[in-house]
Amino acid sequence: MANQHLLHEQQPAKADLDRPLYAPIKRRSFFMYAGATAGATALVLAGCSKDDNNTTPGMLDVGTGDGGILNYAYALEQLEAAFYAQVRTSSYYMASGTPAAVKQVFDDLALHEAIHRDFLKAALTANSITPLKDLTPNFSSIDFTTLNGILSAARTFEDTGVAAYNGAGRYLTNNTFLGLAGKIVSVEARHAALIRDMITYNSFVSSDVVNTFTPASGDPGTGTPSLTPGNGNPVAGGERSRKPQDVLSAVNNYLADGSKLSANSYS
Amino acid sequence: MNLFKLISDLEQADPEFLDRINPRRRAFQYLGHAGQKITAAAVPAVLASFFNRAYGQSSTLPTAVQKVLTLALQLEYLEYHFYNTALGISGLIPSSETTGVTTIRNDEAGHISALRGVLGSAAPAAYLVTDYDYSGGGGTGTGPTASALVPNGAGNTNGALFFAAGQAFSDVGQRAYKGGAPTLNTSSTKDILEAALNIHSVEARHNSHFRTVRRAIVANSLGSAMAPAVSPYDAAPKSWINLVDNGGPTAPNGSKPASAAYNAGSPAASYPADSNTTQAGVDLTTINSTYTASAVSEAFDEPLDPNTVQTIALNFTSTAGKAKGLFQQTF
Repeated sequence: MANQHLLHEQQPAKADLDRPLYAPIKRRSFFMYAGATAGATALVLAGCSKDDNNTTPGMLDVGTGDGGILNYAYALEQLEAAFYAQVRTSSYYMASGTPAAVKQVFDDLALHEAIHRDFLKAALTANSITPLKDLTPNFSSIDFTTLNGILSAARTFEDTGVAAYNGAGRYLTNNTFLGLAGKIVSVEARHAALIRDMITYNSFVSSDVVNTFTPASGDPGTGTPSLTPGNGNPVAGGERSRKPQDVLSAVNNYLADGSKLSANSYS
Repeated sequence: MNLFKLISDLEQADPEFLDRINPRRRAFQYLGHAGQKITAAAVPAVLASFFNRAYGQSSTLPTAVQKVLTLALQLEYLEYHFYNTALGISGLIPSSETTGVTTIRNDEAGHISALRGVLGSAAPAAYLVTDYDYSGGGGTGTGPTASALVPNGAGNTNGALFFAAGQAFSDVGQRAYKGGAPTLNTSSTKDILEAALNIHSVEARHNSHFRTVRRAIVANSLGSAMAPAVSPYDAAPKSWINLVDNGGPTAPNGSKPASAAYNAGSPAASYPADSNTTQAGVDLTTINSTYTASAVSEAFDEPLDPNTVQTIALNFTSTAGKAKGLFQQTF
């Protein structure tokens, strides 16, 4: 049919279409289904109706509403705090030749993230929301023996943290919580920018994390206005925010079995 | 006529098309419904309704939202013209730092474009470089940062004063966006909120970079992010705000022209100084002995209220800018 070229390579088998969808249907998948046959429309609706299935086998779900977002943030901060704690006991950090200025950065980051973690747990408890359990990280893919290995992982955690907070703000209805998230996310952005500059100078807002913009000469107001948040292109010159499930699919690589997370109520 | 084909083509031309339609789930239901019942003749009306949802601008923006975005736009122009002017002055910015400043300038242009797009017909006329007074003199042209745009001017070797001013501007920017975010958090303006958050974190990234450059200037190691911060962090700051950074950068005349950028706004209970250590009623210095006031203050950036932001920014507004009402909205 006319829009055949839009289809993904792998067309799902009929049997797959009949199965419940554990995750909310993805946008592109939607067109895959919709374009297949006219009858597919009914299947799409069937898929959508399964959206509020809130559990994924083997996953801890962060929960719902504002509390779920706070727990999501708590999970990310737990992971970051655990990472920098391990950095501070690493062979790289302990080596006699490691520059004091670099160690100072890791000392600061370890403190900031531990403070964020403990603060979020306190805030959850104070608001009668059960905090997630203490998560068990899996940092086996990270090279803690070299500065490059540590910085590379730090960049992932910090950039992911910024994109996660930015993408989660819209789900908060309590403006006190939104304000608190705002106080934390800009510090994560400071971390991310410094880590990136330490890896490659002047990469503090590169195009993988920011929708970089080149103005037409003369008038900064020209160009195509862009207000398209979500997974993809954010505003011109803006960070690329990410939705909770997208973030967690990446973050789960650093969590042990039994600590892997889902955020099924935020689609 | 094939509705799915049209939507598919739209999505191909604009990958975020469906994201513009909010809430998403309703859009899916709507489409499903459309697939069953809508005839070819009705399709244009369906599409028009989608377009209004997706691209409709400003006519129905709540006044409070409009004001917050307008203040943000005025601040973005302040930053844009400062960096853009500096890039045009030979010998001002060290060659190792022009890439970074160019990137920041371009980001600000993007923010201006985005904010103008959201404000639509409510956007003010473009502000010009002559609407601002980068001396910090509020129109006199002879304020404490007058040499920030003068190559090797007083206190400006290697652009030290220029980067100090950039740090102050971007910190005011990130605090202003943070202060404005709750106003943008209405059920009908969630996309605008997310856009503002996405700009807010970029301002923080810029600020981190300016601070990194300032450390490098002090350590004479331009082009490197490895220079140490030096207490009390006013001249060689950390990439994050330590307490109130000892009042921020010092001007050639010995004054602290950016101190208000780190102090409390009004009311102070809602907009505390950056040295604040109590969050949501919890004094975080009490929960672990290693959580010093320095560390806790660094871990959180504080919001600033729009009136305080305007008071600070008016110091950098020229007589021409003031005549246009720049930084004089009523909040």
